[in-house]
Amino acid sequence: MRGWGPPGVGLVLLCLLHNDLWWWADLRLVGGLPVSLLYHLAYCAVAAVAMGALVRRRWPRG
Amino acid sequence: MTITLIVLGLYLSLLLGVALGSHRLFRGTGEDWFLATRTIGPLLLLGSLFGTHMTAFSLLGASGEAYHRGVGVFALMASSSAVVVPLVFFLLGPRVWRLGRRNGYVTQVDLVRDRWGSSALGTALFVALVLLLVPYLLIGVKGGGITLREITGGAAPEWLGSALLCLIVLVYVWAGGARGTAWANGLQTIVFTLVGGLAFWVVVDKAGGLGAALERVAAERPDLLVPGATIRPLELASYMLVPLSVATFPHLFLHWLTARDERAFRLPIVAYPVAVAAVWLPSVLLGILGAVQVPGLEGPASGSVLVRMIRDNAGDALSGLLAAGVFAAVMSSLDSQSLALSSLFTRGVVRHYAGSDPGPRPREVLLGRLFAAGVLGIALVLSMVVDRSIFRMGIWSFSGFTALAPLIFAAVWWRRATRAGAWCCLVTAMAAWLAFLLRSWNEPGYTVGGGGLMPVAVMLVLSAAALVVGSLLSRPPAGDRLLRFFPAEEDAP
Repeated sequence: MRGWGPPGVGLVLLCLLHNDLWWWADLRLVGGLPVSLLYHLAYCAVAAVAMGALVRRRWPRG
Repeated sequence: MTITLIVLGLYLSLLLGVALGSHRLFRGTGEDWFLATRTIGPLLLLGSLFGTHMTAFSLLGASGEAYHRGVGVFALMASSSAVVVPLVFFLLGPRVWRLGRRNGYVTQVDLVRDRWGSSALGTALFVALVLLLVPYLLIGVKGGGITLREITGGAAPEWLGSALLCLIVLVYVWAGGARGTAWANGLQTIVFTLVGGLAFWVVVDKAGGLGAALERVAAERPDLLVPGATIRPLELASYMLVPLSVATFPHLFLHWLTARDERAFRLPIVAYPVAVAAVWLPSVLLGILGAVQVPGLEGPASGSVLVRMIRDNAGDALSGLLAAGVFAAVMSSLDSQSLALSSLFTRGVVRHYAGSDPGPRPREVLLGRLFAAGVLGIALVLSMVVDRSIFRMGIWSFSGFTALAPLIFAAVWWRRATRAGAWCCLVTAMAAWLAFLLRSWNEPGYTVGGGGLMPVAVMLVLSAAALVVGSLLSRPPAGDRLLRFFPAEEDAP
């Protein structure tokens, strides 16, 4: 499990950011979508980038 | 309606052609039928994993739940899956694939039995997995029935669609095994992803554009556009645990083992978050728009809102195509689940108890096929009597699988995990699952203590704690057995 510090912190942060309570009652439409839905779409894109980084840096050798 | 059925029939014929075409490559062995002789590359692995995971739950269940609870449904299941599912694939997929190839595993039962040297533990896990798969199978079977009923305006009864779906799945799983299933899933994943987008575009276009459609929702049902109106913070947080269920799904485990090599997992891991969003976004938005266009659907009836929207807004030919998309999503899971159940039965039970070789390998394949037929028959009969929301049935099934996740993680990651700890985990997980199921059977929106905490969180904590305590209080496992699972030279991610 060596070298899991930074990626581990990043993954925990990603999980915490899933709880977007700050616009839990916000009715605005941004970019044509409800703001919370737009946030979670962006969240999926960030998750893809995070997985890409994980695969690049932490893939088992051999 | 005739044109709709012709288009649907053409799609189903194409699907059968693709799946049966794969039969030409069948090598006549159990390993080929169950694992396609481990030849599946990255693209097809993505298609089969994703197609297997996305089911009626993601189309009919998601839209039906969004109909009642709005945009927050995307956060509950889609964006949580976007992180948790690929992470589980990363942590378990390559490791399980390596152990499977080295030690000849086909199912989780093989893995668990060998890891802790307990025949009874493997058999108990088999029973638990079959029990948890039943509601999951029901989702697909009911989804097929609902789709055909709605697309024909009620002319075709629900049981007919369910039976047709089971029959088609049976034919191509029977003929093609894992390879036929992977090929069919590849095709079906493309179809339901494209068709979901097309359905969304057609409905939104008819409503005057997305902006106008959502403005109407904001005026008539503003509660559907703000997650806080229908979802509590604790509920959102604990839903994050539900996608951990992929660690224990037997049908995904089987697809992991079909990979050509470990590198084949990279594409599915990276592409998964975007693929999940691409399927769930149209489903959730169509459910919300449906609440305004087709108001008044109560409880489980909202599971049909997606198909109703398609039927009301698209022409006959397009309706057939869109119905084919829903069928594709449903069948791409049902086939893998049937295949996984049959492999669990033949490899995990029959071969184990009949000795190392119960007869010629073709007989093993036949047993697998017959078991798949039997399970689909049972699911079909149950689908006629069970009347629960697709989304709720899915969550209950997934919660049980999540509760078992510590067992699989411990098998491949924790050297100190012992047989006693594994038993404690399995028994606690199933006892907690049954207790919460009975407690909430007549209370669809049940949360622990009424505060929003999903039962899955309690189940997971209890089963993980049982595993740890049981392991630490018993003697450490023997070193030679551990060496087969944790070779000294092996690198870990």
